[in-house]
Amino acid sequence: MNLRITKRGDLPKKQEIIIRIAAVLLSIIFAGLILLVFGLNPVKIFTTIIDGSIGSKIRIQQTIIRAIPLTITALGIIVAFKMKFWNIGAEGQITMGALGATWVALHFSDSLPMPLMLFLMMLAAVFCGGIWAFIPAIFKAKMGTNETIFTLMMNYIAIKFVTYLQYGPWMDPNAGGFPKIAKFPANAVLPSVFGVNIGWIMMIVFTVLVYLFMTFTKKGYEIAVVGESVETARYAGMNISRIVIVAMLISGGMCGVVGMIQASAIEKTLISNIAGGYGFTAIIPAWLSRLNAVSALIICLAFAMLIQGGTYLQVSLGISSAVSSIVQGAILFFVLGSEFFLQYKLSFGKKTKGEVA
Amino acid sequence: MKQNLAIEMRHISKAFGEIKANDDINLEVKNGEVHALLGENGAGKTTLMNMLSGIYTPDSGEILVNGVPVTFHSPADSIKLGIGMIHQHFKLVDVMTAKENVVLGQPSSFFTKGRALSQKVKELSDQYGLDIDPDKKVYEMSVGEKQTLEIIKVLYRGAKILILDEPTAVLTPQEITKLFRVINNMKNQGCAVVIITHKLNEVMEISDRVTVLRKGRSIDTVVTKEVNIPALIEMMVGQKIDLSIHKERQQAGETILSIDGLTVTNMEGKNMLSNVSFTLSSHEILGVAGVANSGQKELCETIAGLTKADKGRIFFEGENIVGKTPRDIIRLGIRMGFIPEDRLGMGLVGTMDIVHNMILKDYQNQPGIRLRRGPCTEKAKKIVEALDIQTPSINTPVKKLSGGNIQKVLLGREIDSAPKVLITAYAVRGLDIGASHKIYDLLNEQKKNGVGVLFIGEDLDVLMELCDRIMVLCHGEVTGIVDPDQVTKEDIGLLMTGQKLGEEETAV
Repeated sequence: MNLRITKRGDLPKKQEIIIRIAAVLLSIIFAGLILLVFGLNPVKIFTTIIDGSIGSKIRIQQTIIRAIPLTITALGIIVAFKMKFWNIGAEGQITMGALGATWVALHFSDSLPMPLMLFLMMLAAVFCGGIWAFIPAIFKAKMGTNETIFTLMMNYIAIKFVTYLQYGPWMDPNAGGFPKIAKFPANAVLPSVFGVNIGWIMMIVFTVLVYLFMTFTKKGYEIAVVGESVETARYAGMNISRIVIVAMLISGGMCGVVGMIQASAIEKTLISNIAGGYGFTAIIPAWLSRLNAVSALIICLAFAMLIQGGTYLQVSLGISSAVSSIVQGAILFFVLGSEFFLQYKLSFGKKTKGEVA
Repeated sequence: MKQNLAIEMRHISKAFGEIKANDDINLEVKNGEVHALLGENGAGKTTLMNMLSGIYTPDSGEILVNGVPVTFHSPADSIKLGIGMIHQHFKLVDVMTAKENVVLGQPSSFFTKGRALSQKVKELSDQYGLDIDPDKKVYEMSVGEKQTLEIIKVLYRGAKILILDEPTAVLTPQEITKLFRVINNMKNQGCAVVIITHKLNEVMEISDRVTVLRKGRSIDTVVTKEVNIPALIEMMVGQKIDLSIHKERQQAGETILSIDGLTVTNMEGKNMLSNVSFTLSSHEILGVAGVANSGQKELCETIAGLTKADKGRIFFEGENIVGKTPRDIIRLGIRMGFIPEDRLGMGLVGTMDIVHNMILKDYQNQPGIRLRRGPCTEKAKKIVEALDIQTPSINTPVKKLSGGNIQKVLLGREIDSAPKVLITAYAVRGLDIGASHKIYDLLNEQKKNGVGVLFIGEDLDVLMELCDRIMVLCHGEVTGIVDPDQVTKEDIGLLMTGQKLGEEETAV
């Protein structure tokens, strides 16, 4: 037997869609088999996940609450990734954004009108998240440092800095000795519309803005060119350092907004794991969307369903939410794996014998 | 008769994805013969030879070496049978000496380096008339020396069948003569030599027989003495083509570009260009000749504003533009077109379509923040039509087009900006004969319209036929600016290696 891997030409759209759907179906079957091995009823698990994520009004609201940070972070990542700037520092940028918002919330008078307060918080969040992305960007632009390591390390600095504030200067004296930061005053908490904090409106607005920015502006075009070839960008007279910095300010700024939303609407204070892993998780939908903002929104909603469904699994059936993680893992495995089959063709065959001339 | 055949390849096919690189190819090479494998780029020459040297395995077909059917699983199998391939891009370790490179990867005891090895290398060199210093480091070698070392490397491994992939592409005329002497020595000692090339003069000069490939198929094998160049071209291209390049002498106009004492150093502080001065007039094609990396790239990029000059001035219509960035040049409306060597890596964005590649040079001068595609869509349509670009649509990513069409997109965009100076670096590299001639025609047309063309070339025959004057670079210095009608190819070869011409200085 002889296994051969050959690169495919262009696949027709129809075939591409078939492969993708097949991947999702296979992943569900595969995940089901695993569940069976554990002695669980896969059909029940799957229906519970779906029921838990969209089965009632409250559950839908919960799903959307999870989709908000995921989507906005993915959007931020898309801007950086389009430039082939591997920003895996969203976690830190979210944390710093939250820190900025918290500083405004706790240091400005609680008699400020709410819109002004929220606006200032958002400004501070964009600023801090942007700064956290700007630092690796300027080093990359001026000295050619590796952005992957740099942004990753910046995450830990941000998280540990918040821990320090929590135990030190920002510790709430009224918490009875608990290392906690004070709760936000009422005017610093994001209001809700239809039972979900207004982050969901921001999520939709940002999706549209990022889509428009990447498709219809000169800057978006420049970012795409820099991502394809720095040499071509130079040739076309682009100011590469500036493009890198601007793109990263946008990327980090958006992640900063996520921090503000999480601190203001969810925790109503600052905690060290405010980012809650969204900064890393969002890389997956960003990548799966092929860096398209609108697809990213849809994929993030699906992801949020899985996460929310997993939590519900734990509550309703008493099954560890790790089961949901297994399902998530299986889906990712197959969907990402299908990319390989979209680009390469496998053929099995006996070794060919030449005919005798 | 059979024993006399060093290699037989029967009905060989190999496909990459949907592209059939080789389709039912037959090839026979005798011992003691120089066999030329002739074909255009993409005809499947290198693929065929890579199968002979064990890098690829054929999808179907049979390979016989000295009459015995063989299957290669790796290059090691092929080397064991005495087949040695010298690749177009050398595979040498720069920081090692010649003899260290020779034994690299060879089963030998740890201490056998040194004198015994030098002796062996020396013997081989003498046997075939090769000239090498075993203790010289590779990074100190010229291109010709590196190639000699590659040849010694395969001979040391006992190769009796040699495959040379476009060996003359990077050599000066003098080095080519030397190489051909070595090839003849090997042939006389009974080796079989396969030489891959698309240069017809060389085929006629060196080979005993020629096999012509076209679009992955073997067209015919002929005895070199019994054919002429036009017949070979017809086999290669599939139709009769007039290969002469039309040169229309024109009264050179006023000077547009004037370079004065240009010096450029690289990051290590080494001079890439030293005190280069020349002028370019309208209605003129100025050729630039020189072995690879003699400063051609730096020259183009410095004029285009991509590389900083350390010293010197660049006058564009009397205005010093040294130190201006490409952005300044575009914004100031300095009408200069540049076709860089690396088309997809620098001149174009491969994954973007023709429209978005037109935008590249245009968008800087668009007002506001919005990207306007409209005018560029029109421009893309116009260029596709005017230059007869073969593309499914103007929305096809340019990297999906053939090399010739990619070059036409780039050239079309640069010409469209109505340049006064057009810089082209290796404009026909990798293009087939038909496409190359279209590019020459386009350049001649620009010249007629009054453009001054700076043509960086590698094929001396083309340079001499196309250009009005030829400037020769060697180690970043101008060793001469000559009139191609008054010098020979050998004269230019001498200039390329840094020697000055005789008393009768033919400078113009």
